[in-house]
Amino acid sequence: MNQTVTDSYLPIVVLAIAAAGFAIAPLLLAQLWAKKFSPRKPGAIKNTVYECGLESKDDGPLPFRPEYYLYAIIFLIFDVEVIFLLPFAVAFTGLTIGPVIAMLFFLLLLAEGLVWAWQKGVLTWV
Amino acid sequence: MDQNLKIELSKQGIVTTTLEELYNWGRKNSVWPMTFGLACCAIEMIATTMARYDLARFGAEVFRPSPRQADLMIVSGTVTKKMAPQVVRLYNQMAEPKYVIAMGACAISGGPFKQGYNVLKGIDRYIPVDVHIPGCPPRPEALIDAFMTLQRKIDEQALTGSNKPRHLDPDAPSEFVVPRYGAHDLDPPNNPEVWVILNNIDSCGTGRDDAGED
Repeated sequence: MNQTVTDSYLPIVVLAIAAAGFAIAPLLLAQLWAKKFSPRKPGAIKNTVYECGLESKDDGPLPFRPEYYLYAIIFLIFDVEVIFLLPFAVAFTGLTIGPVIAMLFFLLLLAEGLVWAWQKGVLTWV
Repeated sequence: MDQNLKIELSKQGIVTTTLEELYNWGRKNSVWPMTFGLACCAIEMIATTMARYDLARFGAEVFRPSPRQADLMIVSGTVTKKMAPQVVRLYNQMAEPKYVIAMGACAISGGPFKQGYNVLKGIDRYIPVDVHIPGCPPRPEALIDAFMTLQRKIDEQALTGSNKPRHLDPDAPSEFVVPRYGAHDLDPPNNPEVWVILNNIDSCGTGRDDAGED
């Protein structure tokens, strides 16, 4: 049984190797060709990062305001909360007191977080 | 290989070739121009790529939006002195082997705007041009003709030997001087190195009209 399973996968392995070969062989050939025939010609302008003909003036990493990201993260948290709220609402009538208190505690934690963010001024768009 | 033997073999259904021929055949049929238009000639260049003239027949429909992926720079239009450094910088950023077509009177010499204080009198002052196309603007047929001329030129390039092209010569420069904005003109006003290279390549140094020298 085990033997037949190994055999049935053999063509796939062969095909995978062939596929990788098709991808890698041209790259290797190009590399070989470059070594044999075309000399490398690097240069300061050629190796610049920006490639639109203009000189880059500042550093790449720009300072940016993180406000949007905080906003987005808060949205995401409450978005995920809805996923938990939906089954809670569906099963609400059949629940005992324990799960209800657990769920309310979960909601309280999130609401606390919202209050904290509100106090920090995250929700006010400057 | 003897040419007659080659013809004889091909009559018998045997194709013979050399590595060089195969390489150049592949290269000449996959020249990718850069997405780069300067003025009204660019409109003709765009028309050339469209269905009616169909530059794709020559393997050149893939206009690359990055100099890193392009083989050919079509200088299509008036090169102002403000634009010249950018053009040279883009040329420098292209990977070898790279070719230049100067499209239209402006790219060749400044054309109708030659006397303008702001117009560069020919892009070949800063970068080596392979094919010049006259016209104002040249029709798409003229651009296709220039393209075929370039293809013939690529086809004839030898991989080895003393007359091998610039990009195969380790001593040939990879970058050309990018002009800077001087007080009255670009600095330097031209790059004589370009013409030394061009004369070495096809030894047909043409007398240039420098009447508009400023």
